[in-house]
Amino acid sequence: MKIFGIFIRKEFWHIFRDKRTLLILFGMPVVQVILFGFAITNEIKEAKIAILDKSHDHLTRQISNKLLSSGYFILYSQPESDNQLEKAFQEGKTKLAVVFEPEFAQRLNKDRHAGIQLIADATDPNTANMLIGYASAIIRNWQMDFLGNPKLPYTITPEVKMVYNPEMKSVFMFVPGVITIILMLVSAMMTSIAVTREKELGTMEVLLASPIKPFFIIVGKVIPYLVLSLFNASVILMLGTFLFGMPIEGNLLLLMAEVTLFIITSLALGIFISTRTSSQQTAMMISLMALMLPTIILSGFIFPVENMPLPLQVISNIIPAKWFIIIVKSIMLKGVGLGEILKETLILTGMAAFFIALSVKNFKIRLE
Amino acid sequence: MIQVQDIRKAYNKVQALDGISFEVGKGELFGIIGPDGAGKSTLFRILTTLLLPDSGTALVDGLDVVKDYKKIRNRIGYMPGRFSLYQDLTVEENLNFFASLFGTTVEANYDLIKDIFIMLEPFRKRRAGALSGGMKQKLALSCALIHAPKVLFLDEPTTGVDPVSRKEFWEMLAKLKEKGITILVSTPYMDEASLCDRVGLMQDGRIFTIDTPQAITRSFPKDLWEISGEHVYKLLKVLEKFSFTHAVHAFGEVVHLSLPKGGAGSLEIMEYLLENGCGQAEIKRIDAGIEDCFMEYMNEYA
Repeated sequence: MKIFGIFIRKEFWHIFRDKRTLLILFGMPVVQVILFGFAITNEIKEAKIAILDKSHDHLTRQISNKLLSSGYFILYSQPESDNQLEKAFQEGKTKLAVVFEPEFAQRLNKDRHAGIQLIADATDPNTANMLIGYASAIIRNWQMDFLGNPKLPYTITPEVKMVYNPEMKSVFMFVPGVITIILMLVSAMMTSIAVTREKELGTMEVLLASPIKPFFIIVGKVIPYLVLSLFNASVILMLGTFLFGMPIEGNLLLLMAEVTLFIITSLALGIFISTRTSSQQTAMMISLMALMLPTIILSGFIFPVENMPLPLQVISNIIPAKWFIIIVKSIMLKGVGLGEILKETLILTGMAAFFIALSVKNFKIRLE
Repeated sequence: MIQVQDIRKAYNKVQALDGISFEVGKGELFGIIGPDGAGKSTLFRILTTLLLPDSGTALVDGLDVVKDYKKIRNRIGYMPGRFSLYQDLTVEENLNFFASLFGTTVEANYDLIKDIFIMLEPFRKRRAGALSGGMKQKLALSCALIHAPKVLFLDEPTTGVDPVSRKEFWEMLAKLKEKGITILVSTPYMDEASLCDRVGLMQDGRIFTIDTPQAITRSFPKDLWEISGEHVYKLLKVLEKFSFTHAVHAFGEVVHLSLPKGGAGSLEIMEYLLENGCGQAEIKRIDAGIEDCFMEYMNEYA
């Protein structure tokens, strides 16, 4: 048992004496959270709009005020003509334009019909769609208020309610994603590099020729990374909670237990990679290409799994990250207990067991 | 202490070891001499249980390297060809780590490594990666010795080390031998052969001969002459055409010419050199060294 402690201490020495490793371990999580949190956001907040009011009556002013007081839009310019509007778009700052037709109030009174044109800059289609959606909703709202009780005998008004993430904040999406990527990176990539480094430097040869059991070599390698991964997960959770207001509705212990399960799966993957490669470079490339890429693309972190072509949907099932992201979201946002995520947990456990078995089977007591 | 019987090992299609057999007695300092690619490291890895032979048997301290690998790993010390310590750990940390790897402490076997460690003492807090080549090698030897192994396997310990450190290293090996440790050492440096009790000359996965260095050089079957004083390349070219020549090799600044026993005397050689415009050359009858013998064996087997 004493030898265990010695191995772990040695591994920590390696980690803390290598600036690159330290940077990846502790710089990466913070940078990623900050990046995703502040830069890569697809929320609508204070989008710049132009209002071309060809009518200037009390109703158009009412609608404009309603739009601008929603918090989603700020008035950037008030062009006087279609030409000026065109220029405003070309400048690039204006994302949406609202155009009221001439004699808006009169027409509405007289013809019971008046037009508002919404023009969006669709160079960024997602944002354009969302802006149009928000603006239409606000105008619909105003319309209801204005008309009072509709005269029609039957009306169906769908009431849309977003649950679990009512404000559709993307932070709720990326915190689970960033945890997943960081854990994959630290656990799988860093351990596979740490093991292959010993092979490359020839120290593995000396370790193997000693009476130490390979099992101890591996567990001694893995435990420091398990500890560091847990630390990293906690840092990301704290950043998410305190900096971005992400809730943790469910049981924190259950969440950490699931995090540990995912770390173990990734560690086993990392060890498995290291048993099949002999240089740090290959280990890193394989970890990046075979683990990170699918984790980012197929896990549902960035692209919803439901929108993928069927073959990719099927493949996504073998990505551990997919199940982990479902688990984390369910616990953090829906506050579910183990019962509701039992299936995902079991799948992840199965994967962990499979990869552990695979790497134990592949770990050699000799050099080849 | 070590018995090797007809060991064979191939990587894909390359036959790295082609029927190796030899024995090393207890407390013997046995050298495997051969150039790079002779198969020395493969042989060492098989004996240290790191590789499986394709066929043949090998015993270390009476234990089979395939079946009893676990027991063997307790009794041997192994220093691989390349520097294989943790570069980012200090001298002291490396030593302590390898001691605990074998369930012992530096203090318990300190007298075994004392002579070597004294030289490392001033650098105990320095990281292994920042040591000089000679110091690295001393540290690696200390780490291989720290658990008082019965057999020490040193794979090219002096490669890439300065001449002074090489000399010191062989002095250390002699001291270890006195303490009863069996040592198997490999080296591409032929001049180190004379420092071993017995040597095996190895090339292309085979061992030409095994004997004491003295017996090997004594059994050199030809007359050997050292010729110097001219351009080595010119001498080589000229002597290759000499009718008596058995073999001629460049040895740095001089040329070694081997002739059949009693084939030609100094007069005939001088005369031939004069005729071919190498009148300035000096010739000297010499005793064969290990390298001459090695060349001779290579000729014979080629």
